[in-house]
Amino acid sequence: MYDGGKIVPGLIIFVGLMTFPLWYNSGNAGPAPKLEKPAGKTACVKDTHFMRTSHMVLLNQWRDTVLRDGDRTEVTAAGEKYEKSLMLGCMKCHSDKKKFCDECHQYAAVKPYCWDCHFPPKENL
Amino acid sequence: MDMKRRDFLKIAGISTIAGIGAPAALQVLLKGEVPASSFASGGAEEETGHGVAAPVGRRYGFVIDTRVFAKDQGLAQKCINACHRIHNVPDFRNKKDEIKWIWETGYANAFTSKSHNLRSDEVHHRKYMVLCNHCDNPPCVRACPTKATFKRPDGIVAMDYHRCIGCRFCMAACPYGSRSFNWRDPRGKDDKTGRYFIERKHLNKDFPTRMRGVVEKCNLCVERLAKGKMPKCVEEAGNSGAMIFGDLNDPHSEIRKVLASTFTIQRKPELGTKPSIFYIV
Repeated sequence: MYDGGKIVPGLIIFVGLMTFPLWYNSGNAGPAPKLEKPAGKTACVKDTHFMRTSHMVLLNQWRDTVLRDGDRTEVTAAGEKYEKSLMLGCMKCHSDKKKFCDECHQYAAVKPYCWDCHFPPKENL
Repeated sequence: MDMKRRDFLKIAGISTIAGIGAPAALQVLLKGEVPASSFASGGAEEETGHGVAAPVGRRYGFVIDTRVFAKDQGLAQKCINACHRIHNVPDFRNKKDEIKWIWETGYANAFTSKSHNLRSDEVHHRKYMVLCNHCDNPPCVRACPTKATFKRPDGIVAMDYHRCIGCRFCMAACPYGSRSFNWRDPRGKDDKTGRYFIERKHLNKDFPTRMRGVVEKCNLCVERLAKGKMPKCVEEAGNSGAMIFGDLNDPHSEIRKVLASTFTIQRKPELGTKPSIFYIV
């Protein structure tokens, strides 16, 4: 190889620079978002772990049962009844979209398009 | 055997053709089927309109008394405004982009197949309230490739805006022009005048808007029916008798009494879509 003495160290430096973000941040996910929970409420419609990982599954199920099957029976949590609805159910308790939804969605780089049509609780369009 | 190659091929060919054709011919003979004739060709049965509708469960329908609307000039607009407000229907002030859930139209547009000869002038010039017919046999549902529009068991033809891909096949399929496409973002505003398409003070935050690129239509106020309320237009018309709403399958309902006692017509019954909106002219 001609000029091996320059190419090999050059490659090593290049790869090192390119992968810098990977190894520099490895094992560090940044500060976890702190969500503002609704005041005065102790229980959601499902347990915390399920809501944290699968709220979108539940929302899709609700959407299908309400819209397509016409089943709007309310869900009960801790003795209170809630409508199967994002705007009329979820957001009645989680009244701050910025501090509850956005905080985590930004952290996870997820961009749901719910709000293209639905209104967050404090929307001032 | 004394057979020439030429003769053998002839016999083989003929028997192959016979072999292919026979099962099809046999099937037609066995089932006694005739080729399906065009449904739209009309005939006495289709002209009767609703025909044999699904007789099970609830089946919502309207009777619209156009005479009442003709007498009370402002009533129709009142109903239209009320509907469009609670459903956040944008007003683009542009005929091309217009979104309509319920609107008024002329006789010739509403009743294309009714005889136009020597008709009363008053009937001719009257405006007629039209909305989605929530057909028993909805062509839009058949045309939709994603099943975004579908027929509920109670006869409401509903839209799932989450699934709509904006292909507008349903708009092409609907013979009543009851569907509108959002060419622009309904939440946006006019670039020139700065006017919002949905007036801020009328925004109903309990009902979503739509987004750009979906088809929308009258939903027969499913969200209100679910809570035991009447559709908004009917509520707005009040007890003027202009709009009667009810269960077509319930023989004791008010709507059935009206239908039994009054002559009503439907829009384009010859198409066989079986609309559930009846007009007293």
